[in-house]
Amino acid sequence: MRITQGTFSFLPELTDEQIKKQVKYCLDQNYAVNIEYTDDPHPRNTYWEMWGLPMFDLKDPAGVLMEINECRKAYPDHYIRVGAFDNERGTESLRISFIVNRPAHEPGFRLQRTETDGRCIRYTAHAYARLTEARNAGSD
Amino acid sequence: MTESGLKPVGSPGGKASGEEVIDLHGEYEASNVQEVLDRLDHELVGLQPVKTRIKEIAALLLVDRARRSFELTSETPTLHMSFTGNPGTGKTTVAMRIAEILHCLDYVREGHLVSVTRDDLVGQYIGHTAPKTKDVIKKAMGGVLFIDEAYYLYRPENERDYGQEAIEILLQVMENNRDDLVVILAGYKERMDTFFQSNPGFRSRIAHHIDFPDYSADELLQIGQLLLGQQSYRLSEAGERAFGEYIDLRMKLPQFANGRSIRNALDRARLRQANRLFNSSRTQKFVKQDLMTLEAEDFYASRVFAEGELDQAQVFSI
Repeated sequence: MRITQGTFSFLPELTDEQIKKQVKYCLDQNYAVNIEYTDDPHPRNTYWEMWGLPMFDLKDPAGVLMEINECRKAYPDHYIRVGAFDNERGTESLRISFIVNRPAHEPGFRLQRTETDGRCIRYTAHAYARLTEARNAGSD
Repeated sequence: MTESGLKPVGSPGGKASGEEVIDLHGEYEASNVQEVLDRLDHELVGLQPVKTRIKEIAALLLVDRARRSFELTSETPTLHMSFTGNPGTGKTTVAMRIAEILHCLDYVREGHLVSVTRDDLVGQYIGHTAPKTKDVIKKAMGGVLFIDEAYYLYRPENERDYGQEAIEILLQVMENNRDDLVVILAGYKERMDTFFQSNPGFRSRIAHHIDFPDYSADELLQIGQLLLGQQSYRLSEAGERAFGEYIDLRMKLPQFANGRSIRNALDRARLRQANRLFNSSRTQKFVKQDLMTLEAEDFYASRVFAEGELDQAQVFSI
């Protein structure tokens, strides 16, 4: 299941050249660009791991791409996204965030049903694309 | 490097077949390089070998661009440089101009200059250096990274020094990210030579070694007048003579830092001029000229004349 989230989520994967251009736009707007990765792409999971610190005072996207590639090398089977933080008064939050890397195999979500009182059923989407955890869940 | 590169005359948009004529001169004028080179000529007195080399580099890049429009393959030239010369010979200023020239010729994308020293690259504890160095490199990408007094990076007396780590990262980036940034190492001649001897990797990755000569007394006087002109001051005739004498004496003293010493001397002369005007203000009224003019006595009061020694302020300001 191909997970989509963030900006450009309905477009095909961005090439490195396209990523560079988007990052260039962010830098031109004086956003601080950061890179995050996770193995848990649940839409409610806002806490991705940070790859290094956000990058301030950059002029050129080459540096960001260098970091992206290093992150890809370290976590080829994780989701990696680039975020751009706008510190302008009144905004002070992420302006753009888009996925730049995804695992070759995306297990997607597992639906867990919990029966509660009155045969009522509660649903939990187990977002864990964690390969190991998905496997463990299967073997239960 | 970009789509805005050279287009052969007569084939708008298309690649040249080889018969087309290319107007190098027109392209040269369109690229604003002339403007930057002119400014270099005006703002920097002397430095002939440096200026010649910069013009050569500009020509190389221009021809390279022309070649590319004919689809002649040539590797992107390596433009890492080392600037050697005594203090105050204009290394930083030239580096800034180089960044502009490279930007005009599309060699670097942004054309900014990031000036750092050892402190900005080398960390204090294990694992601190690599992120620090990379941070600086990322900031410099698309422009020029200017490492002042680069020999401090290498401290042979301490084998656990973290400088070595910074050097290794730099070498790697200089090789792999040649399209992204230009590294300029600067420092005093002798110490840079020892530095290159113990780090042969640097020497081979740097294509242009540019030596900045010391200024002659005449050139220093010109620099002084240029500086004064920028601040709307002028020298009286006697003042000019006194300043010339001052320069001759000052050059023989230790800790002479070329352009920088001149700037400091002028700052002190301004101080004395202000003091002179203030003290005589009870008895005298001044016109605009008086406020602009530095007189001989503003220079003769310097301790360089009195005792052949440095001014106290001078010792500290170097």
